[in-house]
Amino acid sequence: MRVAIPSPLRSYTGGREQVQARGATLAELLGDLEAAFPGIRFRMIDEQGRIRVHIRLFVNAELARDLGRALDERDEVQILCALSGG
Amino acid sequence: MPKRNVKKKPVVQSRSARKPARAKPVKGTLAKSARAKRQPRVVLLVGTRKGAFILHGNASRTSWRSEGPHRFGEIVNHVVLDPRDGRTLLCAARAGHLGPSIFRSTDLGKTWKEASVPPAFKPAPPGVVGDAVQHTFFLAPSSASEPNVWYAGTSPPALFRSEDGGVSWRGIDGWNENPLRKVWCPPEDQTPDGSILHSILVDPRDSTHLYVGCSGGGSFESTDRGASWRPLNQGVEAPANPEPFPEYGQDPHCMAIHPLQPDRLWQQNHCGIYRLDRPATRWERVGKSMPAAVGDIGFPIVLHPRDPDTVWVFPMDGTTVWPRVSPDGKPAVYRSRDAGKSWERQQSGLPRANGWYTVKRQAFGADAFAPVGLYFGTTGGELWMSANEGKRWRQIAAHLPHIYSVVAATLD
Repeated sequence: MRVAIPSPLRSYTGGREQVQARGATLAELLGDLEAAFPGIRFRMIDEQGRIRVHIRLFVNAELARDLGRALDERDEVQILCALSGG
Repeated sequence: MPKRNVKKKPVVQSRSARKPARAKPVKGTLAKSARAKRQPRVVLLVGTRKGAFILHGNASRTSWRSEGPHRFGEIVNHVVLDPRDGRTLLCAARAGHLGPSIFRSTDLGKTWKEASVPPAFKPAPPGVVGDAVQHTFFLAPSSASEPNVWYAGTSPPALFRSEDGGVSWRGIDGWNENPLRKVWCPPEDQTPDGSILHSILVDPRDSTHLYVGCSGGGSFESTDRGASWRPLNQGVEAPANPEPFPEYGQDPHCMAIHPLQPDRLWQQNHCGIYRLDRPATRWERVGKSMPAAVGDIGFPIVLHPRDPDTVWVFPMDGTTVWPRVSPDGKPAVYRSRDAGKSWERQQSGLPRANGWYTVKRQAFGADAFAPVGLYFGTTGGELWMSANEGKRWRQIAAHLPHIYSVVAATLD
């Protein structure tokens, strides 16, 4: 499925704004992204499996707070960076 | 508290250390033939709120070429050159939105590669809220006897070790998994930018002998490479504590160990300037001899690389609501040449008024030349240097972001 990558993470994707990834859940999708772009997951998800405070994951424009959120191949995933101050 | 009973070999001063003369480097790692081709020079590694900058000095330290920013836009807490190989740079950074990491360069910043396994706590058991690293903050190479070994301190206060030159990191269980860790350094006891572990000091005679400083926790010592720890805070006042001298809970801002006399420790604390000569365990507040109008509060403390009795501090206003700027808006360095018995003001060249900044704990450093060059970066983005041990200061960069760290390294 298509995944939109925000600018702070494009150093991992070679500058690509959108990439393709697979997974039956958000967690699996992030694992697939990590396999393709090593290091990208830890910048979004901390070592306890929590979504970092300034990261937002959207599935079909709906905010997803649970990495167990099921995904379909037709879904579109957007990774956004929330405001983090100056 | 158990006493240390580790015999240490004396450290002998080098010939050049005994007799410093004209401006020249006193350390070098290259063969004579290689040294003859290139003169050693100082590079300043500057970490800021918005990236890192590298300033290249000429051999006489009279001109500086700035390049960067590296890791542009990221919060760079520390950049350190490995003195053992003279080429590996590590950079502790995080972006505003993203998690913290460590980046590595072996070509002086032309390219950077992220650690394959950055510092991270172990996953907590189900049902337990586990810790997560918020900032990689402090980087320290181990001693010369352990090439490729590095330590990293983080916020929340945790300690990590790399044995492959900073590529991969593992937590030191003796600290991170220690049930006393959160007793010594309560997570709710947050300094303005988060409670942190900093000042990781490795005894150059014995790499199993470590000290660390924790803001809001105190100083701690290990003699088994971090497997176990004990507080080392006797004689040090603690802030926000009804007991003036508790076993822990102190707030060291910056600690230092003298490379040639490693039984001598210094700290600039939230509650003054202290010195400790081991094997004693009681710190002496040597800052009491500072002028009363200036006080002995500050962030950094810098040691002379060859004279264990000489030390520099940069006082800040720790009165009333703790403005944390230069007292009365008049920045000045203070130097002691007698192990803290007396202090002299060194302000020549610095603003005589309206200098409303301070210098953070990692933003004041010394080079290894003779006479010693001193360098500090301010919260207002100015970089200052003295090529004559503080007698005269001059600004060598301005308009940088808020400076967090300044490390003076020697390139052969």
